[in-house]
Amino acid sequence: MSVTVEDKVTPADAARPGPVRSDLAASGRRVLIALAGLVLAIGGTFLLDPYRNYQLAVVAAYLCATAGLTVLIGRGGQLSLGHAALIAAGAYSFGLTSNAMDEQGITGVALVVVPMLVGVVAASVLGVLLGLAAARLHGPYLAGLTLAVVVAIPAVTSTFSSVLGGDAGLYISVQRRPEALDRIIAVEQWQAWVAITAAAAVLFVLSNLVRSSYGQRMVAVRDDEAAARLVGIDTTRVKVAGFTISAGCAGLGGGVLAYVTQNASPGAFSLVFSLFLVVAVVIGGLGSLRGALWGALLIVLLPDVIGTVLDSLDLPPELAQRLDGNVAVLVFGLLLVTIMIVAPHGIQGWLSSLRRPRRRAPRTAPALSTE
Amino acid sequence: MDQLIFLVGSGLARGSVFAVFALALVLIWRAARIVNFAQGAMAAVATYLAFAVTAATGSYWLGLAAALVGGALLGLVVERGVMRFVAHTSPLNSVIVALGLVTIMQAGLGIAFGNGYRTMNLPFSSTPIVVGGVPLLSPYNIFVLVVAAVLMIGLGLLFTRTPLGLRLRASAFAPETSRLLGVPVSRMLTLGWVLSSAVGALAALLVVPTELGLNPHATDMLFVYAFTVAIVGGLDSPVGAVVGGLVVGLLLSLVTGYLGSTLAPIAVLVLLVAVLLVRPGGIFSAKEARHA
Amino acid sequence: MTGVLTHGGPAAASSGITPLLEVHDVTAGYGHSPVLRGVSLTVPTGSIVAVVGANGAGKTTLLRTLSGLVPLSGGTVRLDGVDLAGVAVEHRVRHGLSHVPEGHGVVAELTVDENLRLGGLWRRDRKDLKAAVAEMYELFEPLARRRSSPGHQLSGGERQMLAVARALVARPRLLLLDEPSLGLAPRIVADIMELLRTLCDERGLTILLVEQNVRSALLVADHGVVLDLGEVVASRAAASLLDDDALRHAYLGF
Repeated sequence: MSVTVEDKVTPADAARPGPVRSDLAASGRRVLIALAGLVLAIGGTFLLDPYRNYQLAVVAAYLCATAGLTVLIGRGGQLSLGHAALIAAGAYSFGLTSNAMDEQGITGVALVVVPMLVGVVAASVLGVLLGLAAARLHGPYLAGLTLAVVVAIPAVTSTFSSVLGGDAGLYISVQRRPEALDRIIAVEQWQAWVAITAAAAVLFVLSNLVRSSYGQRMVAVRDDEAAARLVGIDTTRVKVAGFTISAGCAGLGGGVLAYVTQNASPGAFSLVFSLFLVVAVVIGGLGSLRGALWGALLIVLLPDVIGTVLDSLDLPPELAQRLDGNVAVLVFGLLLVTIMIVAPHGIQGWLSSLRRPRRRAPRTAPALSTE
Repeated sequence: MDQLIFLVGSGLARGSVFAVFALALVLIWRAARIVNFAQGAMAAVATYLAFAVTAATGSYWLGLAAALVGGALLGLVVERGVMRFVAHTSPLNSVIVALGLVTIMQAGLGIAFGNGYRTMNLPFSSTPIVVGGVPLLSPYNIFVLVVAAVLMIGLGLLFTRTPLGLRLRASAFAPETSRLLGVPVSRMLTLGWVLSSAVGALAALLVVPTELGLNPHATDMLFVYAFTVAIVGGLDSPVGAVVGGLVVGLLLSLVTGYLGSTLAPIAVLVLLVAVLLVRPGGIFSAKEARHA
Repeated sequence: MTGVLTHGGPAAASSGITPLLEVHDVTAGYGHSPVLRGVSLTVPTGSIVAVVGANGAGKTTLLRTLSGLVPLSGGTVRLDGVDLAGVAVEHRVRHGLSHVPEGHGVVAELTVDENLRLGGLWRRDRKDLKAAVAEMYELFEPLARRRSSPGHQLSGGERQMLAVARALVARPRLLLLDEPSLGLAPRIVADIMELLRTLCDERGLTILLVEQNVRSALLVADHGVVLDLGEVVASRAAASLLDDDALRHAYLGF
């Protein structure tokens, strides 16, 4: 899942139809790499205890969202603060579908796959709507609009509380592990498998996407919309498609999250969560899929580590309560500001520059330059 | 009918605060071409400062002064300490940094004061005055309206009638030419942040106690409302911000009064989408498209 | 060829050849490639010096370097003996340097009156500022009629007039003018050139003029400096430059 698309694409290059660098052999190789990665990750779950497997599942769920978001911001130049809402759309749709199917007595693989797909579709539909707005708006305006969407979530869930469960959220009955595996693995490990599979699918789709001629058109539109239009790129379509795909990935992430936690509630999809996702992709390196993995790991593990450290300090309960959660948010904020000013290419950019010391600009992380 | 009068009155009071907060956004937008996503959080910090000072001294007015001074200082620190160092290659950079500041400040407030709601004192009663059986404005509403009006008129005079205002406007419109004419543009930029931050702090202090409730995230919603106001009015237009503020305030008041308070954020979202899709330049802007 | 002016025209001679501006061996530009390479020239007090040359010769960069917008990477710039290296852009106007930038720099959103006042705000003496602005309205009648019109409503000629008037509000000793003829009808260009001559002769204003319109510029100037690819290739009395056919063909394209 390495991303090696050229960052500076001339609009004329991008307008040329057909795959630019992905012939069949390369495509087949990527399928093999993806499968190998999938097998490795699933094998790895046998080394982890149930709690770590649960965390791994959450990381994979976040990875679906951060991967879609990093492509959207880094390559499309569109800053969405609304990904928490898109994840929420995926999670609630998953939950409603899963509960409805459960009532009908449907079991088996369908009870996992169908609700996931419904989640992806629901988030994609929301994504098309936001994307249509996004196509007409630049940077800060899109950010403001998507911000308004996120803060409206609690209003939506309490307005339709009979269906969505209001502030308390939705309890979701899910298909547990297949009976055949009952004796071999724990629930958490099975959940991790599902989550990893979803994340692998997202990464596979996105890594092909950024390499495709569509990916180049996206970068061309980001760099110079007018020039892109001059060479015949339909910029609206490129932007709407970008937002929709990113939304679909977020929706799948939401579905996985709902499946793993068996819950969907407005509190989980707050503005802070959206900001976390932005932190994750900025820290990882905007536009880089590997960076999205670093980011997803960080937003799951760092709060965990900070919590452990705070617990070991034996603080007075009142202080401990105030520090709980807030310290992690504080650290993320500091990281975000520092990285944006000091190292705008993020972790992956830094790693790449270690490997290629002579290159001044890391290839995997495009600086935001949407003039 | 009785309810309508009350709703319009309180809607105007609320709207005047949104207008003031939106003016703060417009100030920075004009000075630095940055939509300051940290405006809400900065105002929240100043409001907590007022809360702490009032709690310590027992005086609302000392708290208000502290919010103004604290807000101004915060603007200075954010501009000189952070924003000045952000690369201007993309407008997204400053937005992302501002979001980082939001998380830092909100977490900081949570650590210092806890995440729960706190009650703030009001200098005047918030019970409506009843005239002939019809509830009109509350004394606090009147206080808010007066302060907002004074502030808006004051800012208007500052910008149109004083040499400093001329310098501020010139630096915003044509920084390079202004430098050639001897205007210290960099200092004007800092001053723009200071002014905007103080104005935003005052707006938050007026609206948080009665509308939002004091907590670290109290101003998220205020920012969204003010952003909507600025979009409705056009980010370049102070007059648009004032009119837009009153419109959004009235809309919120009527929606809350007749349909219930939970629908308010949805109503604002619908308004925002409608304006962005129909007239992205804002109602008061002559420009067709936005270039951010 | 370095171009230090060795003899002055009539105006310079009458004012005793004190150089108001001395540019010595200046190198400047954007990033790593310098646009100006070893440029030297002097502008005697009370004279008009025209800098001419093809597109991309570095004329605008020269003016922007003099006012500090482009950083100096080598050489010195002295205004009346004061080294400008340590003087910030926004303080140079206090030393008597006014720069009318390319495209006149009228602030479109401000009114004529506000634009004019902006030119003298740094002085803080309100009465003096008022007097200076009033004087400009006398000098430029068309501006007086439009004092509350916003800049974007003015015609091209009016804008150029406003830009010059705004620079004069600061009561400069040296006026830097970047292509005042750009986009204007020939008759208006002639008016502006005549105005510059009057300002120089009657008020003793020293002017450094950058022009694409070589003929008009050299006709009004005392001295001419020819820039090519960032270097001074000729520097003489303006009239003699106009007469030098070889030079005109080689560098000025007419």
